[in-house]
Amino acid sequence: MNKKRLLKDKIAAKFMLGLVIFSGLLVFLIAFGLYYRAKPILDIKPLGQLLFSSSWRPLRGDFGFFPFIIGTFWVTAVAIFIAVPFSLLTAVYLSEYAHKLVRELTAPLIDLLAGIPSVIYGIWGVLVVVPLIKNHLAPFLGTFSTGYSVLSAGIVLAIMVFPVIIHVVIEVLRSIPNELRDASLALGATKWQTVKHVVLLKALPGIVAAVVLGVSRAFGETMAVLMIAGNVAKLPGSVFDPAYPLPALIANNYGEMLSVPLYDSALLLASLILLVVVLGFNVLSRIILIRIERRIQ
Amino acid sequence: MELKTHISVNNLSVFYGNEPALKNVTVDIPDKKITVIIGPSGCGKTTLLKSFNRMLEAVEGIKISGAVLVDGENIFDPGIEITGVRKKMGLLSQRPYPLPMSIYDNVAYGPRIHGLKKKKELDRIVEHYLKESSLWEEVKDRLYTPASKLSIGQQQRLCLARGLAVEPEIILGDEPTSALDPKSSQRIEARFLELKKDYTIVVVTHILRQARRLADYVIFLYLGELIEHGPANQIFDNPKQEMTREYIQGVIS
Repeated sequence: MNKKRLLKDKIAAKFMLGLVIFSGLLVFLIAFGLYYRAKPILDIKPLGQLLFSSSWRPLRGDFGFFPFIIGTFWVTAVAIFIAVPFSLLTAVYLSEYAHKLVRELTAPLIDLLAGIPSVIYGIWGVLVVVPLIKNHLAPFLGTFSTGYSVLSAGIVLAIMVFPVIIHVVIEVLRSIPNELRDASLALGATKWQTVKHVVLLKALPGIVAAVVLGVSRAFGETMAVLMIAGNVAKLPGSVFDPAYPLPALIANNYGEMLSVPLYDSALLLASLILLVVVLGFNVLSRIILIRIERRIQ
Repeated sequence: MELKTHISVNNLSVFYGNEPALKNVTVDIPDKKITVIIGPSGCGKTTLLKSFNRMLEAVEGIKISGAVLVDGENIFDPGIEITGVRKKMGLLSQRPYPLPMSIYDNVAYGPRIHGLKKKKELDRIVEHYLKESSLWEEVKDRLYTPASKLSIGQQQRLCLARGLAVEPEIILGDEPTSALDPKSSQRIEARFLELKKDYTIVVVTHILRQARRLADYVIFLYLGELIEHGPANQIFDNPKQEMTREYIQGVIS
């Protein structure tokens, strides 16, 4: 009886260890798979040309990913630029100022935003944001836009990123002991001074982590962006120009036109680039996080 | 002995929801003396202390009635500015909570939020109050390192310096040595005995021996009620109430 019990214990532990190793290896497996399928194009074309050429003519064998890479960065940057201040202040209000009742009513609503399928954000973007920019914002600023643009995609993406950042930042702020706030308040600081100089400083590593999470989501978001960004394989000159981010390129074309030589390989290379960009971004932010933590504590 | 009153508590009652924490407490706290609030845990010691600098109000569902007069002004008056009340008092909590910044910035924090910007003046203040809390010698070479790197005893002295830097009249200590080792506790106590020349000090403690070492004046609370208060020697040697005697002798705790 006793033996069996111990055996079960061992098996359970080993099995779970196996699962952990497997999921840890998944990233490498996926990366390797992508690399393997992207190899044909990498063998023929120099990597520098693939990454930095703006010429995208698959039928002629030109695969320049530069517009797509830049499009991805533009859309993500616009989204984060909008999302960070808004969601940070929302989270600060809910955590530091709001009455318990307001917080308990609002927080679930915000979490609900995260559960809305991205295709619905896409439709909403097409119906609301795109016309808004085409008919109002662009003429108001004296330029022309079809509405399908970096800015539209960025706005919709920002709204999709809101709940992620807000949720994490609220958690982070709640984890800061009240005594720390009291220490500042007891010195005669106002609430805003306390938030600005103490609470946000203490929460900085967590806030960075929240933003990273949001950025990662924005990088990879496909459906909504595909519907709104305009999908023109040209370098965007301003936020009112269309863009063609990597995820949209892959989702739009994979499975079609695969008779074109190297097209399949090129799209998998695009996936690999996207993966590397997101991974690289995560590593970079991890390094920043460690440095911040070391500096303040 | 005739004592000048600094803080005057009138009919103060505090409720957490429907739970009474203080019932009709009326007591005068003497100027430039160490007043020690004693009593078993949960008797309202900390609540009384925190009512002095209005730190209770952040607690949700709290109800406060009565008055606390500091320098003759009721701090609960609607016209009173809360930051001004708090600036008059330095608070030492049970565990030190250094702000997430350098040692220097911790001490300079108070003066800065009250509008002082001159570097020279800040330097002087930081040095002065770190000396005042007898921490200067230990940290003068690493003022710009994070305060969290200090030992917990040093952190508590840093918190004292931080509190003194806003030039309060009163120091409030909420069991300020409970997280410290005996040596560090002794240093804090020594500071208090020194500082009472210039400040009114109110300390909450559940350590009777500490109360004996520090107190000029004693307030004894039991289950939210003020049982007895008076000069230390009277309370410790000749208490009028049976309950006080039992608590002092350790029959109840």
